[in-house]
Amino acid sequence: MEKSESKSNSRKGGYLLLIFALLMITWMVFSGYFDWFHLTLGAISCGIVTWMSADMLFANRTTSLLKRVVQAVRMFFYFIWLVWQIVLSNIHLLKLAFAGQRALQLQVVSYETKLESDFEKFLLANSITLTPGTVTMKIIGQTFYVHAISDVAAKGLDGEMERRIAKIFA
Amino acid sequence: MDQAGIITIISVALIALGLLFFLGAAIGLFRFPDFYARMHAAGKGDTLSSLLVVLGFAVYQLHDFDFTFSTLEFNLQSWKAWMFHGDGLIILIVLKLIAICAFIMITSPTCTHALMDAGWEDGIEPELKEKGANALAKDIDG
Repeated sequence: MEKSESKSNSRKGGYLLLIFALLMITWMVFSGYFDWFHLTLGAISCGIVTWMSADMLFANRTTSLLKRVVQAVRMFFYFIWLVWQIVLSNIHLLKLAFAGQRALQLQVVSYETKLESDFEKFLLANSITLTPGTVTMKIIGQTFYVHAISDVAAKGLDGEMERRIAKIFA
Repeated sequence: MDQAGIITIISVALIALGLLFFLGAAIGLFRFPDFYARMHAAGKGDTLSSLLVVLGFAVYQLHDFDFTFSTLEFNLQSWKAWMFHGDGLIILIVLKLIAICAFIMITSPTCTHALMDAGWEDGIEPELKEKGANALAKDIDG
């Protein structure tokens, strides 16, 4: 019991350090000054923000930091794949815009998901919106209602994206 | 051709491509039949085109960046000079532009979704390819 408590405490410290480091990197990139005066100001501000509102980042603190790093790397590759999907989506849209109304087959389809956490659902909803011809309209429980602009787009919701998202957090 | 010329061509090409997608979005916005289809054009056309334009700016910042690492030696001074390139702070500008890209990628689909949801809650009927192609209306009306 005592051991697990001390472990979770050390993780808490690790998370605080991680949040502080993320804030400090952001500060350095956005300020662009690397003299001691500005770095000290940054360290003080980041320290205060970490102290006051560190609870707002990373809701689940039981995950180990190593796993977080692995997830971040996987997320990066997922985003590269997503950018490619955005490119396809825009080419599709450009074609439809020039083809006019005849090419459209508007419909609303439902899509059941197995993803549990809010963040995963948020990621899936945003990814559906970014991929060719589909926009998430409403989420009720585990069901996504998706507005699709054509039959091809509606068929594209085959669960590949969900598998990819589930893999990130596996 | 020197490096600055090539970089300029790449960045102009990216910006022009972004403008083409903006044009597609604008045309879609006018030609699509109903609110929901128009949101497709507005929400998606904007994402890639802003990404491309901002990426074009980011590439342009690299027009006198030293890709060959020829000025780089094993001391802090030369490393700093390579990174920041005088007072240009090239890497920082590129990082800031990439941050803009990331924020666009997160916020644009979120607000498209929020508007679609608000439209549905407000009772706007979607135009459909055939009657009964609306799974949401079916599930809510039972």
